Amino acid sequence: MAFLQLNALSKRYGAVDAVVATDLAVEKGEFVSLLGPSGCGKTTTLQMIAGFVDVSGGQILLDGRDITHAKPASRGLGVVFQSYALFPHMSVRDNVAFGLKMRKVPAVEIASKVKQVLELVRLAPHAERYPRELSGGQRQRVALARALVIEPPVLLLDEPLSNLDANLREEMQFEIRRIQCTVGITTLMVTHDQAEALSISDRVVVMQAGRVTQIDVPYKLYEHPRTRFISDFVGKANMLAGDYDALGTPQVRHEGGDGELTLSLRPEKIQLVDAGTGRVQGKVLDRYFFGSQWLYRIHTSLGEITVVRSNDGSPPLGRGTAVGLQWHADLLRVLAADEVHP
Amino acid sequence: MSRGYLLSLPALVLFAGLLILPLGLTLVLSFNVFDYQVGVKADEWTLAHYLALFSDAYFYEIFWRTFWISALVTLLCVVIGVPQAYILSRMGTPWRSIFLILILTPLLISVVVRAFGWSLLLGADGLVNQVIQALGGRPLKLLYTPFAVIIALVHVMLPFMIIPVWTSLQKLDPSAEQAALSLGASQTTVMRKIVLPQVMPGVLSGTLIVFGLAASSFAIPGLLGGRRLKMVATVVYDQYLSELNWPMGATIAVVLLLVNLLIMLSWNRMVEGRYKKSLGV
Amino acid sequence: MSRNGPLALGFHTVVVVFMMAPLVVVCLVAFTPENTLSLPTSGFSLRWFRAVFERADFIQAFYNSLILAFTAASLATLIAVPAALAISRYAFPGRNFFSALFLSPIIIPHLVLGVAMLRLFALMGVNGSFTWLMLAHVVIITPYVLRLVLAAAIGIDRSAEQAAESLGAGRFTLFRLVTLPMILPGVAGGWLLAFINSFDEVTLSIFVSSPATQTLPVRMYVYATESIDPMMAAVSALVIALTAATMIVLDRVYGLDRVLVGKH
Repeated sequence: MAFLQLNALSKRYGAVDAVVATDLAVEKGEFVSLLGPSGCGKTTTLQMIAGFVDVSGGQILLDGRDITHAKPASRGLGVVFQSYALFPHMSVRDNVAFGLKMRKVPAVEIASKVKQVLELVRLAPHAERYPRELSGGQRQRVALARALVIEPPVLLLDEPLSNLDANLREEMQFEIRRIQCTVGITTLMVTHDQAEALSISDRVVVMQAGRVTQIDVPYKLYEHPRTRFISDFVGKANMLAGDYDALGTPQVRHEGGDGELTLSLRPEKIQLVDAGTGRVQGKVLDRYFFGSQWLYRIHTSLGEITVVRSNDGSPPLGRGTAVGLQWHADLLRVLAADEVHP
Repeated sequence: MSRGYLLSLPALVLFAGLLILPLGLTLVLSFNVFDYQVGVKADEWTLAHYLALFSDAYFYEIFWRTFWISALVTLLCVVIGVPQAYILSRMGTPWRSIFLILILTPLLISVVVRAFGWSLLLGADGLVNQVIQALGGRPLKLLYTPFAVIIALVHVMLPFMIIPVWTSLQKLDPSAEQAALSLGASQTTVMRKIVLPQVMPGVLSGTLIVFGLAASSFAIPGLLGGRRLKMVATVVYDQYLSELNWPMGATIAVVLLLVNLLIMLSWNRMVEGRYKKSLGV
Repeated sequence: MSRNGPLALGFHTVVVVFMMAPLVVVCLVAFTPENTLSLPTSGFSLRWFRAVFERADFIQAFYNSLILAFTAASLATLIAVPAALAISRYAFPGRNFFSALFLSPIIIPHLVLGVAMLRLFALMGVNGSFTWLMLAHVVIITPYVLRLVLAAAIGIDRSAEQAAESLGAGRFTLFRLVTLPMILPGVAGGWLLAFINSFDEVTLSIFVSSPATQTLPVRMYVYATESIDPMMAAVSALVIALTAATMIVLDRVYGLDRVLVGKH
């Protein structure tokens, strides 16, 4: 049995199903992300695991123990909140020591554990400061230290990076992963940012309208999105109409109209070749510069197609340039219809 | 759910016993027969006090005086308070906080002290008359006139007008004013078309508070109105503590409360209807 | 940086003078050496302040007011804090009614409350007793504490409490170590505001106090209707000084502009 296991976990608010029969198994030491748009039920799921929201149905098992209806205090999980939820009237040291004091840990031991964890999150010099005197990233580290110091079996992170600005967010992503690896703690993170989920998780759980739609390692999730929604939500994708040919291989439909299949083709999988060659002909509508990449919007007989080309130093194509589009047939992905519509 | 009740229980007990019960008793009292020889007859009922209130010219005069004095005080508070709040909001730091506190703190000083201050200023040989005499004029009778009551009430009520107007001014986006100016509006047009409509909810709630407090004010008319210039509150006091006609006093008090609540509720509804949608207040 | 024109500043000056004039005059007259209410022209004297301290009735009334305001504000706080937590935290049927009820003394004229309580206390035979006068004050000042504590309780980060809970804090520990410290400015500000309002209250107290429990504002009101001499000015000046001192404390504890204007 997995270390943290959700069996058909559900939550109803009146007539609204916030979470529907969710199953999930998280192994010991694993870093799993719950990814989805706002309102998809990911935060409710996390709050049920933490014990802040009552469970309507199903089970939560931690290391084989049923904690479905246990009080938050007795679960002993480490929780990091989106707002950090630091105690504003306590210093960094007192914030971090809080959980240990609740456990009546001897003062000497508290002092050494707090020191240790503050070193882990690189905040040792700021122990006497108050939350209001810290930057956003530093507060984030205090919240993390406070959750880690009680040595919880599972660390729950609720949108931990959403209040940080872009540069800091990337830095903290690596920081969280480093700390998680050092401590080896089982971690469940809620996020709406697909890049964040892909970059630091062992596995990603995609949720949509209260249901889990795909669970996979980040690479597979990106390369083999199961549904149109996931393909769109995780990375960028061109959606093309297609049909199966006589051999049962999916083919792009060139005649126009709806095919029997929806195919997904990632923009970076398409090569721009000389006009007259390639699978499809097109004309550059617009181009956008992203530093490391160029993004082209290209008008073709299949509709508008987005192509991303890495900035390898060659001159970019101008507006109106006629080009050919080429791709490997086996990079086309067949998408299942969405079971639920957001 | 039950914890919610448990935590509110002490307050609930207190308010049931010392707010709902006494108000109920007073309502009952207003229907009791009163006899100057034996006092309140708790088991005899009458509508005589209400009839007296609506037919007696004496009460009619008092209610009318209370109404026009309160209305005039409210009007003066709007005319003085709204521009003053706007001027305060356009001041720079630290003057803004200093003057805001200076203008609002009289609120926290006993109304008896403030009434006494006005009686010093407006008395027969008070400061105002001394200035008039020094300028060669003849001293005026100011104290124990409606003028004294009105000016002191404006003094007491002005903070209650400035506070809500100030609060709505704080919510104003200053760039909206700048946008109007950049689109060619004059300063007066900005004031009239941009600022005023947005602070209207504040003005209206200030109007409500000021009128309600002025109509039921006791210490100011008691100290500055003298023995002849009665208002509703001072008449209730007389009925209870000099005439000892409690049922009559209770009747006036009930009517005062009902009129007050009625004005507040209908005004509230009107304000909500007109402004809730457009301003989301 | 001021964006006000000369006309606006002139208007502003008149308003400030208007607001300050009665208070300033009171404080000046308090120092007069004369027997009449006049500005001190021939020199300053403390004789009327001495006269105040020789009046046993005023001293008694002052102590009454002080003890009354202190106990009433404390009791109101003890009642309002749990009520505010209930209203801000728990969804229960009647919640809106409760909050409207507990805030209603702000819009019910004190005169009406005064005569209503007079009737009740007379029926109970307790009119003029200190305890019941104090409870009456609790009713009229509870809304002030409730408002400030409600604002504080709504303003704090609920997830900080959840964090404490998940770190193992029990209900009482949670309140003592996390919730209370976070709402403390609201609680302290509410207590002080309640104290000032109780200390200043005259309209209700005039009905439900007896000569033995008379408060300072009631004593002053009665005195002012009977006779007028500079001693009244001296008492008033003392009240102004005391209020100013309390306001400075209030400003330090909670911020005066927040109390007065409700800014957060």
